[in-house]
Amino acid sequence: MSQKTIDRSHEYVRIEGVTKRFGDFVAVDNVSLSIFKGEIFCLLGGSGCGKTTLLRMLAGFESPTSGRLLIDGQDMAGIPPYDRPVNMMFQSYALFPHMTVEKNVAFGLEQEGLSKAEIAKRVGEMLDIVRLGDFARRKPHQLSGGQRQRVALARALVKRPKLLLLDEPLGALDKKLREHTQFELINLQEQLGVTFVVVTHDQEEAMTLATRIGVMNKGQIVQVGTPTDIYEFPNSRFVADFIGSVNMFDGQLVEDEPGHVRIRCNELEATVFVSHGISAPPEAKVSVAIRPEKIEMSRSAPVGTENCAKGVVKEIAYMGDLSVYLVRLESGRMVRVTIPNVERHADERIVWEETVHLSWRPSSPVVLTI
Amino acid sequence: MNNRGWFRNGMLGLGLAFLYIPILSMMVFSFNNSRLVTVWDAENSPTLRWYVRLLENDQLLGAAWISVQIAAMTATGAVILGTIAGLVLARFGPFRGRAFLSAMTTAPLVMPEVITGIAMLLLFVSLEQLIGWPEGRGMLTITIAHITFAMAYVTVVVQSRLAGFDDALEEAALDLGAKPATVFFRITLPLIVPALVSGWLLAFTLSWDDVVISQFVSGPGSSTLPMEIFSRVRRGVSPDINALATILVLIVATGVVLSTLYMKHEEKRRLREEQMARSGN
Repeated sequence: MSQKTIDRSHEYVRIEGVTKRFGDFVAVDNVSLSIFKGEIFCLLGGSGCGKTTLLRMLAGFESPTSGRLLIDGQDMAGIPPYDRPVNMMFQSYALFPHMTVEKNVAFGLEQEGLSKAEIAKRVGEMLDIVRLGDFARRKPHQLSGGQRQRVALARALVKRPKLLLLDEPLGALDKKLREHTQFELINLQEQLGVTFVVVTHDQEEAMTLATRIGVMNKGQIVQVGTPTDIYEFPNSRFVADFIGSVNMFDGQLVEDEPGHVRIRCNELEATVFVSHGISAPPEAKVSVAIRPEKIEMSRSAPVGTENCAKGVVKEIAYMGDLSVYLVRLESGRMVRVTIPNVERHADERIVWEETVHLSWRPSSPVVLTI
Repeated sequence: MNNRGWFRNGMLGLGLAFLYIPILSMMVFSFNNSRLVTVWDAENSPTLRWYVRLLENDQLLGAAWISVQIAAMTATGAVILGTIAGLVLARFGPFRGRAFLSAMTTAPLVMPEVITGIAMLLLFVSLEQLIGWPEGRGMLTITIAHITFAMAYVTVVVQSRLAGFDDALEEAALDLGAKPATVFFRITLPLIVPALVSGWLLAFTLSWDDVVISQFVSGPGSSTLPMEIFSRVRRGVSPDINALATILVLIVATGVVLSTLYMKHEEKRRLREEQMARSGN
């Protein structure tokens, strides 16, 4: 999905300096954000970072303490949830337990005052789209988790909203079903052309679903970008650490040129050479972040004296498709390295207590100043 | 193992005996032919004599009818008011005065009935002097007095039922375009029906067997059944009271057995359906 280009010509949701306080607690802190038509925008963050509060403000269940929310150019202040062109899929699904699947899906249409025939037609179509046609007469407690999730989705989508809010849409599903459902969600979104705003704490979910991700921390949006941007070019220590795993080394700038920088790290013998310039004051304290899969590991010493380290393998975790190695450097620092298991036979693989050389390309490290 | 089983069953038996021997003995004595309550007339018993006499006793039957009417009105009124109070306490968030309202609605649960009775009587008397309503004391005043304390029980039942289900259900309904009133009647109300039914039955029972408060706020010609029984017993226990009590116990027992069977049936159906859902993925 990350390759998909975003049409920035049509701004659909506009959040302007929105703050939400609950007593002394600032849940959402001066957030400004634009979400474009047809995108899947993920709000990603740990629990209590304010992502759900932001979503609930869009749905109309909370109102901002200050700031403005605009949907399709219209200010949402004072507009109750039942008058917004927005539907939400709840984390608990919130299916009405006393109604059948059919009735659950029809509920929203009945509120619009459509004719019985029209309602029946649209409910039938929607249930076919989510492949629940055979379950129309069942009650929610007679369905499995995945089926309930699809009913919740159908119930929200049948209203043909322009904006669908999804609160941890896959949270209650097991791993296999999640992966399957993720792709189903993306297909549906493309098919119906709805704008999705998804809240999740699961970075994998955000990475596969989103056209863009907004990473939140302590009520603020710390970075907005495509999944690739967020992963490869994190703008802060928080984002680098939160998304995926990373080896972070603290150090000092020793050479700062427009085309490259050299950094001396306390825990690395060799200097780190980075093949792009950064904007930081000279002698500034910086962090170097290197992703585990961007480190090469071999038994022989690499050429050159920079961007390398030597250590002993202390832990190996075999994950099937790849293996995670924890290597202890001479400074005592543990470094995480992932190597894809290209070979089926394990004879050639590096084993415990072996001395190894680590190296990486000059383009791989990310230099972070905040 | 065997010893422990013996001990357990023995204790169970003792417990049940403690609870039910008084009632059983009363039932047995209702078939006693003797006019003296404590003397068993072995020759002519058992007899249905007291049951026949009971049916001829218009005063008792009239009191029973009054009691039924008051209990039904009380239960209905208490369910309406208690539902509103329970809804406000469970769903309206931390508004100003919430703790006060919560304490005040549940206070009648612990208030001595004598106090409630006197307070009610004073209220009705001064109201009548001030605005001329309620005129005198009778079924209306008894019903109002009963509602005030029965409502507290309904509030607690409804509130705990509401606390037990996800408020995302109501939010989902709002989100789907339903106005708050529609949400209440189509989502909230159907979900709390079990609480309303048990609240209604509870209020009915509370009103049905109240003597103390009724005593204070009743007027001429509005004696409830418990009041009637109480005044007869004070003149000396007559065997037809035993017969009446036996009938009441049987009615209550039948109700309890039926509702238990119904709940068991529902539970079984639910389990079966859940199993079906799991196997039918």
